[in-house]
Amino acid sequence: MSASVAKRETAIKGTSLLQDATKRFFRNPTGITGLSIILFFVLASLLAPVLKPYDARSDRDLRLRLLPPTWTMTQVEREQKNVGRFEHIFGADELGRDLFTRVWHGGRISLRVGLMAVAIAVSIGTFLGLMAGYFGGWIDTLMVWLVDILLAFPGILLAIAIVAALGPSLRNALIAISITQIPVYIRITRGVVIGLRDSEYVNAAKALGSGSTRILLSHVLPNSLSPLIVQLTLSIGVAILDVAALGFLGLGAQPPSPEWGVMIRDGYRQFLKAPWLSIFPGLAIFFSVIGFNLLGDAVRDVLDPRLKNVS
Amino acid sequence: MTTYIFRRLLGLIPVLFGISLLVFSIPRSVPGDPATIMLGQRSTPEQRERLRSQLGLDKPLFFNTQALQETGDIRTLLDSQYFFFIGNALQGDLGRSVFTRVDVSETLSRRFPATFELAVVAMVFALILGIPAGVMAALNRGTITDTLLLIVALAGVSFPIFWLAIIFKYVFAVNLGWLPASQRLDIAFSIQPITGMYLLDALLRGNLAAAWNAFKHLILPAVALGSIPLAIVVRMTRSSMLEVLSQDYIRTAKAKGLMRRMVVNKHALRNALIPVVTVVGLSFGSLLSGAILTETVFDWPGIGSWVYNAITSRDYPIIQGGVLFVAVVFVLVNLLVDLSYAFIDPRIQYS
Repeated sequence: MSASVAKRETAIKGTSLLQDATKRFFRNPTGITGLSIILFFVLASLLAPVLKPYDARSDRDLRLRLLPPTWTMTQVEREQKNVGRFEHIFGADELGRDLFTRVWHGGRISLRVGLMAVAIAVSIGTFLGLMAGYFGGWIDTLMVWLVDILLAFPGILLAIAIVAALGPSLRNALIAISITQIPVYIRITRGVVIGLRDSEYVNAAKALGSGSTRILLSHVLPNSLSPLIVQLTLSIGVAILDVAALGFLGLGAQPPSPEWGVMIRDGYRQFLKAPWLSIFPGLAIFFSVIGFNLLGDAVRDVLDPRLKNVS
Repeated sequence: MTTYIFRRLLGLIPVLFGISLLVFSIPRSVPGDPATIMLGQRSTPEQRERLRSQLGLDKPLFFNTQALQETGDIRTLLDSQYFFFIGNALQGDLGRSVFTRVDVSETLSRRFPATFELAVVAMVFALILGIPAGVMAALNRGTITDTLLLIVALAGVSFPIFWLAIIFKYVFAVNLGWLPASQRLDIAFSIQPITGMYLLDALLRGNLAAAWNAFKHLILPAVALGSIPLAIVVRMTRSSMLEVLSQDYIRTAKAKGLMRRMVVNKHALRNALIPVVTVVGLSFGSLLSGAILTETVFDWPGIGSWVYNAITSRDYPIIQGGVLFVAVVFVLVNLLVDLSYAFIDPRIQYS
């Protein structure tokens, strides 16, 4: 008797979106690949100060100026320079700084700034989008206007304009990139809220006496999570690329910071003499960004119910 | 349709006003005195004063209430920095470079064809490669071909475009010497400008040697720049193709016994390309902004490299003019894309 009740209960008990999504996610090889790449970078960044403390200002060893990656050198060359085969696997730059250490520590900057920029953009954008969608009226008009203006500056142009005004620095690059990402979040949240504003369960919550804050936070916001999460994952990749681009243009982080874009800027004039100076930081950007893009893609497949029937 | 166009144009006014406010505020948000920053610490007070009056920086920001009280003339209320800036901009006057004294609007319109040509060729490259790839992925959905094509497309957007440009430049131009590394044309050639787009101009003039040379200069920067829209074109074509292929009329066409090639090319692809047009339009903006990075690497004499140089030298009239110009072009292109829908897809009715 009790066994059959328990059985019926499990039969009725559906799977939640999260369970369902997690299950589908782990069957998705691209998602797993993306997640592994990201975890690798995150772990490497967290461990960097423990395993290899680094100070970009004092780091230099002129004996090793423009040393090629050591594994590409011959035995004789290595003996001349007195370096081991895997001592400087990415080589060294003009000041004899070990490139591997710099690329490794550069990951800390890129990941941190990328994540922070997106976190700021999501918080502000979601808040403004909720306000606009829920209250409508002049707040909504103002928000739509703001979004239209910000989106009129394509891609990195807005960030460049903002940094041109604030002055070049990593902090200002962070601010600029956050601002460029805000409109997408306003737009997504506002769209979801407008779709839900007059739904039955929101009306029911209102009838039961829930305040605006409660309705927004516990009824409306959870329903906009799927599109937000998808956008968020993809935004981090874009933010990392933008940080690097601003660094490359000399508008973001400044030397001697081991930021990847700055390193490419420093290295590319000597590409013929020392191609490794630009190649390795570029590959680091590429792999971290493709990690987030693969993950974002998989998350979209997993969370977007419209795609359920297609694939 | 006419009312729709009119309404859309009217809707542009607040956006353009907002854009102008933002561009107006660029040099004014710089910490410190803009005149000192532009001219440097060693400039004399007279030089700074001259620059201030030349840029209208000695007037109030928005409304000149003081002048109104003094003269009683309502028009003097608008004798302010913002209306000075916007009044000139509306007349096509974006000021002069602080250092080289060149006319900003004139230089922008002279350099724009170079950027436009680069963007168009980049887009053509993305379409030529992206549409067949997208169709192939859709026709082989779920197979290894599909997965590989999607991953390659994803890799395309994950490369830092300036890095790709650097690799292309040094590998294919400097090292292997297959293609030119910078500029738009070898010195040996000259083209009488018609549109300012060298490839087109050379073809129009019937100068095939110059056209070939201009094309060779375009390849590397355009391929680097085209990697941005390429991924989007592949994915858009794929998903839109998948949607079309599941329609009833495709099943009918197949049931009639039409050849597969016929069904794909004639019935499916034509309809699937409609959403791709949007992508082409919307990516145009990212091409314009991506041009800043590509042009810098390839010394391409377009607006991107010019604005970039202005940023490093803090030449604010050029920065303002360039940013304003690109934003306005982008807004207009978006409008055109929306309107072109009615012509491409007759199912859409504007009321």
